[in-house]
Amino acid sequence: MSKAQSKPEGVTPSQTVGPYFAYGLTSNGKYDWNDAFSNNLVTADTSGERVRVEGRVFDGDGQPMVDCMLEIWQADAQGRFSDPQDKRALPNSSFKGFGRCGTDADGRYAFDTIKPGIVHDPDGKPQAPHLVLAVFARGLLLHLYTRIYFSGEAGNATDPVLALVPVDRRATLIAQQAHCNGNAVYSLDINMQGDNETVFFDV
Amino acid sequence: MTLSYPLQSLTAHPPRLSPGYKSTVKRSPTKPLIPMRHTLSELTGPVYGHETVRENDNDLTLQGKGEPLGERIIVHGYVLDEDGRGVPNTLVELWQANACGRYVHVVDQHPAPLDPNFTGAGRTQSDSAGYYRFVTIKPGAYPWGNHHNAWRPAHIHFSVFGHSFVSRLVTQMYFPGDPLFPFDPIFNSVTDEKARNRMVSDFDLENTRPDWALCYRFNIVLRGRNATPMETK
Repeated sequence: MSKAQSKPEGVTPSQTVGPYFAYGLTSNGKYDWNDAFSNNLVTADTSGERVRVEGRVFDGDGQPMVDCMLEIWQADAQGRFSDPQDKRALPNSSFKGFGRCGTDADGRYAFDTIKPGIVHDPDGKPQAPHLVLAVFARGLLLHLYTRIYFSGEAGNATDPVLALVPVDRRATLIAQQAHCNGNAVYSLDINMQGDNETVFFDV
Repeated sequence: MTLSYPLQSLTAHPPRLSPGYKSTVKRSPTKPLIPMRHTLSELTGPVYGHETVRENDNDLTLQGKGEPLGERIIVHGYVLDEDGRGVPNTLVELWQANACGRYVHVVDQHPAPLDPNFTGAGRTQSDSAGYYRFVTIKPGAYPWGNHHNAWRPAHIHFSVFGHSFVSRLVTQMYFPGDPLFPFDPIFNSVTDEKARNRMVSDFDLENTRPDWALCYRFNIVLRGRNATPMETK
């Protein structure tokens, strides 16, 4: 194997995923490779309100980004993360809280999941239900982080992270509920630039 | 142990708007990112175990009916945090062009042959010390449309998770001494020379397997350091 490691000089710099990641990361049955992840987070034993979150991703010319990869990370319906670093009892299901989706030829994405519960901030203030979203694409040398909140949540008004965002830009973070048979569908487009440029966070 | 993720570590990364790489112009935000404190949503991250990794997923030369063409290589190293501790049991995904510089992706129309025995995708999990190892084929350089006579230096794409969602990293591993380095706007988007060189693997004679394959060493350093500084070896 190898020698002991000395202290690194710094992190390994990020590089773009480029245009050709799909066969390795989001093959979705189109290539001879099995996907480790999918855009459906719901397992048979997952409790909570089932929701579909969908939308499209656009570049600064308003063109759909057809070679984009989105990843979400979220708590379960009780607000717990499927990670031992969350010191509370782990979710009592096989719900992993992580999903990955490649955009299609229209720049469209969709996740089938459950609405997460309340997660507290470091001061113990409740945060409204949210997904953390990471955006990867050709032309993005370092992925971007944003959040997806849900319309109609009373907690949005007092959410400590939404409060950091200028009022006129908050709508870029709140998925709007649309009607569908049975499960709730929430819709939110991601705009890299333009009048409705999505709010991205420096985390 | 609790790790913290200071923003200062991000200075090694390329600026998102790097006009030499044309695709960044319409795809990077124009408004400043909004700073926020990390909450549990950022400080936790997906944990995946062996169930996502099949036998031979880390050996890209064994995935077809026969051996792929090209120069067989070993690529190995450690996934580390910023203090030099191994990041154990974390998923490492990899994808790359074949020996001729051609990806299997349908959009890649570079007139170089596909290899029926090479897909170019792999994954593995680091061990308890953070060590990972792949066997693959050395990828070829390939042309792209960014500017006249633009060629990407040979590279392997890596995707790594680490301890939290903010330690997530996608990068590219390059090969030492590539003559295309000075001309590649993606490689040079990392403006600090020392940081740029951390993307270049080292030739590893010690672990080169006689009569079989050259070896390259590539350590991947993810965000995350102990809140209180400690001595490391």
